[in-house]
Amino acid sequence: MSDAPALPLLEIEDLHVAYGHVEAVRGVSLSVPEGSIVTLIGPNGAGKTSILSALAGLHRPRAGTVRLGGADVTGLPAHRAVAAGLSLVPEGRAILGRMTVEENLVLAGERRQPPGALLAAIDEQCRRFPILGERRGQLAGSLSGGQQQMLAFARALLARPRILLLDEPSMGLSPILVGQIFEMVEQIHREGATILLVEQNARLALSVAHHAYVLEHGKLVLSGPARELAEDPRVQAAYLGGGH
Amino acid sequence: MQQAVNGLFLGSIYALFALGYTLVFGVLDILNLAHAAVFMLASFVALFLVGRSGLHILVAFPLAVLFAGLLGVVLERVAFRPLRARADSNISGLISSIAMATVFEALALWIWGPNVSRFPFGTIPERQFQVAGAVISRLQLTIVAVAVAIFLLLTWLVTRTRLGREVRAVAESPRAARILGVDVDRVIAWSFFISSALGGAAGVLFGLAFNAIQPDMGRGVELKGLAVIILGGMGSMPGAVVAGFALGLTEVFVVAHLGASWRDAISFAGLFLILVLRPRGLFGAAALREA
Ligand SMILES: Nc1ncnc2c1ncn2[C@@H]1O[C@H](COP(=O)(O)OP(=O)(O)OP(=O)(O)O)[C@@H](O)[C@H]1O
Ligand SMILES: [Mg+2]
Repeated sequence: MSDAPALPLLEIEDLHVAYGHVEAVRGVSLSVPEGSIVTLIGPNGAGKTSILSALAGLHRPRAGTVRLGGADVTGLPAHRAVAAGLSLVPEGRAILGRMTVEENLVLAGERRQPPGALLAAIDEQCRRFPILGERRGQLAGSLSGGQQQMLAFARALLARPRILLLDEPSMGLSPILVGQIFEMVEQIHREGATILLVEQNARLALSVAHHAYVLEHGKLVLSGPARELAEDPRVQAAYLGGGH
Repeated sequence: MQQAVNGLFLGSIYALFALGYTLVFGVLDILNLAHAAVFMLASFVALFLVGRSGLHILVAFPLAVLFAGLLGVVLERVAFRPLRARADSNISGLISSIAMATVFEALALWIWGPNVSRFPFGTIPERQFQVAGAVISRLQLTIVAVAVAIFLLLTWLVTRTRLGREVRAVAESPRAARILGVDVDRVIAWSFFISSALGGAAGVLFGLAFNAIQPDMGRGVELKGLAVIILGGMGSMPGAVVAGFALGLTEVFVVAHLGASWRDAISFAGLFLILVLRPRGLFGAAALREA
């Protein structure tokens, strides 16, 4: 993992997100270089999900700009954000449980894959996540938590993203599954993906990321190369203490 | 046997009407109370096309259905979309759809007047068949055949096409659909188109079946349609079809054995009883939207 400078793929400038009177994100600027893993850590309610929601078009930011590969993508509706190359693996996974695994995959890919390439792309994800291939015809609601997380990853990848937005992929999973999911994140990165990773599990996030930002109360309080932040006494005290 | 034939015939119209009603409910959690007015207007439009323009009913029917579908898109734009961001959009949409229904009825009253209008004689040539002791008219046969064809087309649309998948995705979770890149507003507009086209098809068939078209003809069907979708399980399409046929058959048997005045009393008592036994309706378990 080198910190060689690369062009920023995603640039966020002075982003503000609010829900009525609640100001969840108050002037955040950050950038994600092409081909890197950048992590955003912070306590409950810091505004991490709000930033990803604004990027993915689920909630219109109040102010600020978002650029992807130089193009302004601020406040696009969700379907256009996906078309622009922003793919979200959301908190809670948002699996369509009354539809089959295959239908979930088809829905994710059919607008984004070139004509005729959809089935091959789904087969490719089923090789990556063999359990999805085995359970292709079953209702997605019958999958376990870890399997649903894999389905959420496969769906996001089928949208051929330029950047993958991951919101707490470790949430609610056993330590073994968390390990598998993070191996998957590194694998996807090795294949060339650019990833913005939101995590509460700071130790794990800092171990896979190149660069990290710490968010508290809607504002960035620290940032730097992930390895340096992992050594930072403030981060150790607040996020790495007690080995959680 | 005769009653079974008549019941299936009536039930197919109820089922078509209720399918449209329940489709919008499934997608939006909203009752579109202008559905019955679309039913009525489509019937008038078919009458106009056959009577004034002299078109064959086979041409007039799809045109009237198309008209109803487009009316549904307008309805969504005017009565529902502006309210969608509101926390109380379910109840405010109910009110604005009642307002639209009133406008549609007033429009029909203004154009066609309050009296009963009828299709010209011979719109569907009269001919009767004897099958297993029952008399079936060509009209009844045509109506059931058209209804069944529409059910099959709709099943294919919902289960096999991209639009159908997107409709089901939005019905289950608009947020999940958005995350997958589905243009939810477009899907909602299409749902209204399909829903209103179904309501319009039911209206034209109803007009042909009873040959009596009036501005307030939607009222009775509206209440029955509501009963059918509750019975079938709110938002469930197979439920709407089964319950529609059940209601048609029940009504015909009650009229034959107890007399016409018992018809609605028995039907609604039956509805009440079934809901006590199965609070979510016949197919309701899978029909409720997840949070
Ligand atoms: N839909 C909403 N409506 C109102 N307030 C919201 C909404 N979503 C989030 N908030 C508020 O915005 C703030 C930031 O929430 P957010 O979910 O972005 O935090 P988070 O960092 O993702 O937290 P967690 O680690 O618990 O997921 C919180 O105070 C939260 O209560
Ligand atoms: Mg969160």
